[in-house]
Amino acid sequence: MASHGIKDQVAIVGMGCTQFGERWDRSADDLLVDATQECFASTPSITKEDVDAYWLGTLSSGQSGLVLSQPLGIDYKPVTRVENFCATGSEAFRNACYAVACGAYDVVMAVGVEKLKDSGYSGLVTAGRGAGDGTDPGATQTAPAAFSLLDPAYCSKYSVDRGDMREAMTHVAWKNHANGALNPRAQFRSEVPKEKISAAAGKVAGRLGVFDCSGVSDGSAAALIVRAEDAYTYTDRPMFVKALSMVAGPASGPIDPSYDYTTFHEVTHCAQDAYRQAGIDRPREQISLAEVHDCFTPTELVLMEDLGFSERGQAWRDELDGTFNLDGKLPVNPDGGLKSFGHPIGASGLRMLFECWLQFRGEAGDRQLEDPQLGMTHNLGGRPGGCVSFISIVGAEQDG
Amino acid sequence: MDHGILGYATYLPGHRLPFHELRAQLGLGGDGSRVIASYDEDSTTMGVEAARRAVNQGPRPPARPAAIYFATTTPPYLDKTNAAAIHAALDLGHEGFAVDMAGSARSGFGALSAAAHGGGLAVLSDVRTGLPTSAEERGGADAAAAFLFGPADEAAVEIVAAAATTAEFLDRWRLPGEPASHQWEERFGVEVYMPLIREAVGQVRAQAGDAEPDHVVISSAHVRTAATAAKELGARAPALSLGYAGAADLGLRLAAALDEAQPGQTILVVSAVDGCDAVMLRVREPIGQARRGLPVARQLEGGREVTYAQYLMWRGLLDREPPRRPEPERPAAPPAARAEAWKFAFVGSACQQCGQVHVPPRRVCVSCGSVDHMERRPLADQQGTIATYTVDHLAFSPSPPMIDAVVDFEGGGRYTLEVADASPDEVDIGTRLALTFRKLYTTGGVHNYFWKARPI
Repeated sequence: MASHGIKDQVAIVGMGCTQFGERWDRSADDLLVDATQECFASTPSITKEDVDAYWLGTLSSGQSGLVLSQPLGIDYKPVTRVENFCATGSEAFRNACYAVACGAYDVVMAVGVEKLKDSGYSGLVTAGRGAGDGTDPGATQTAPAAFSLLDPAYCSKYSVDRGDMREAMTHVAWKNHANGALNPRAQFRSEVPKEKISAAAGKVAGRLGVFDCSGVSDGSAAALIVRAEDAYTYTDRPMFVKALSMVAGPASGPIDPSYDYTTFHEVTHCAQDAYRQAGIDRPREQISLAEVHDCFTPTELVLMEDLGFSERGQAWRDELDGTFNLDGKLPVNPDGGLKSFGHPIGASGLRMLFECWLQFRGEAGDRQLEDPQLGMTHNLGGRPGGCVSFISIVGAEQDG
Repeated sequence: MDHGILGYATYLPGHRLPFHELRAQLGLGGDGSRVIASYDEDSTTMGVEAARRAVNQGPRPPARPAAIYFATTTPPYLDKTNAAAIHAALDLGHEGFAVDMAGSARSGFGALSAAAHGGGLAVLSDVRTGLPTSAEERGGADAAAAFLFGPADEAAVEIVAAAATTAEFLDRWRLPGEPASHQWEERFGVEVYMPLIREAVGQVRAQAGDAEPDHVVISSAHVRTAATAAKELGARAPALSLGYAGAADLGLRLAAALDEAQPGQTILVVSAVDGCDAVMLRVREPIGQARRGLPVARQLEGGREVTYAQYLMWRGLLDREPPRRPEPERPAAPPAARAEAWKFAFVGSACQQCGQVHVPPRRVCVSCGSVDHMERRPLADQQGTIATYTVDHLAFSPSPPMIDAVVDFEGGGRYTLEVADASPDEVDIGTRLALTFRKLYTTGGVHNYFWKARPI
């Protein structure tokens, strides 16, 4: 049993990402065309005819490879549709990378898309798991409610004052809104004062208010992937894949009293695997930026601990100290994150990679970090106690 | 009637409609309140609550009644047997008989009579709703009672004599689908009822040797008849401030009398619905262990008051804006049938290798990983504590917000359950809860029955 990884074996040589948001003017087909066209435009030496295979990620905007092959007019190539909850876009990317690394194809594309705003509902609404026996609490419990379970459990375990915890959650929302304000592709592009965030608290679920929740969005993103040794023939600034890890757990938290709702066991296992693949032993020092799954503000707090960026019980303090601000020691969600960039499920994992891509190329505008070397994308699907976790580590350089 | 009562219990819902709400909203006078079922209760769920007290709070191991007779004027389903859900909630497997006696309030006596003849469990339960401003809106009650009948020589209550009269006349009626009943001019009803009552009571007293009963219990939807009969029969002033509970009414009033009666005393029971059923009962020594659950008078104390608008929405007399969420899918028949013991009786599994308790039951142990080494573990009577919780303002719920708690059960097992009969400020980490059988929601024409947790 082993997870060998494919460090520095494949590279991204082109990317595209639409504006995320309530795209009343765009269908899923339109968004796919927009993202893939931008992706091709970023690497003019690759055209649609050069792509050997495609991986498409979408949670609920269609089924099968036809969702992509039809709008793009793909001529008889393999197109695989994948789904893995909110980590769907990352899963498309991971499988595409492996196809290149194993030598099956030379050039592949990973694409993610989600069209959520045609549903008529304001929150995330997707097709159910099929009719069951009517006893699954997930049939009625909303996603913000599920993640709000972290808040009282965390305060209780670490004896954190509930007011301090609420302030830390407010800080996460404030930070990611401030970052999103610098991002022209983000769904929400204005800073939100902390007073406004606090005033809205508790109106959605538990102590979560609307500013504690990620944006419900339409959007699409795409990446072109080739073998690392071919990368410089397509672009002078490729982005190399250092680690890819995906973990699904037994999802026993909701039925096993040993789970305490202050961690995602899947993420700690995933992080260990990814750090080992990439050769990272001091993540907080070695990683230049992290795009993490801030679906709700307490999620980001817990992730800082599960990813090894904060000591257990300290993430709330580190957030308040500004450690993860854009100008902090380790910028987290510099592009605004799910919180303000928006969360079109199938596209989000690729959107996170897109920020690393821009940062490494020096194209991140007002959000540009100084000489970033290693980036992390972390994508989570499911709920506390039972989820899938994805982590990629990407780098600006191939290790010598 | 060769069987007697071994045990009984009642269930009064925790909510009250205070009459000051009727005064404020409708300009009606009066003080006090009436007992109302919560939005997630119906005659089946209340029947389950009464039945599980009557059966499970007696001597161990609990009785396994061979027959269940369920009486109500508000059956949640037609064509489908509602008593089957009560049977399942009692974890009786697939053994025995279960039948509904639904329609008129006389079904309540019918269920008692059937159980008295052949043994078994009579479950009487009802939700009584009147149109706004009506006497029944104020004078009704929602409640349930259950009586376990067994061999007369073991019984705490024996049946000494019984008689019945029947007449066809128009006093109270309701067409299928109507939310409330109609009543003819009250002065007519009392003229028809009193001779029917005198005849039945006369027969019973003659059979019983004409001794004066120690207690008289009178149940009738016809208020004037009930008052006239009480006066004639020398019933003590009605101590019970409980409205008329339809098919459950007789059961509630009999239970309240049994709560007080001493061994050796007799009780004359008179139920006037389209005729009269009269029975003479004698209370015997084991009455102490026949009393299960809380006395009726105790359950009447306190209660959670709701506004009139809330009450109307709960009863479907006022439509609220639906949540901006899709309705959950209706439960599907095959998975619900496969999960019968889990869904209706909250039966989990315990690992025979390491003892880990699982709800719902599963084949692979989440702790030690052993496969198919499980034994069944009923948890419906197990209490638990809150590990963490939330208040979900956006969830699909007939009465938002929905409170969800992760409940850790004494002796093992964890599940996320809705919290019933509580406001958000009553739940916290460590709050202790007990299970209660409820209706989560009704979609696609199917009632989704399952368990919730309520603060103890």
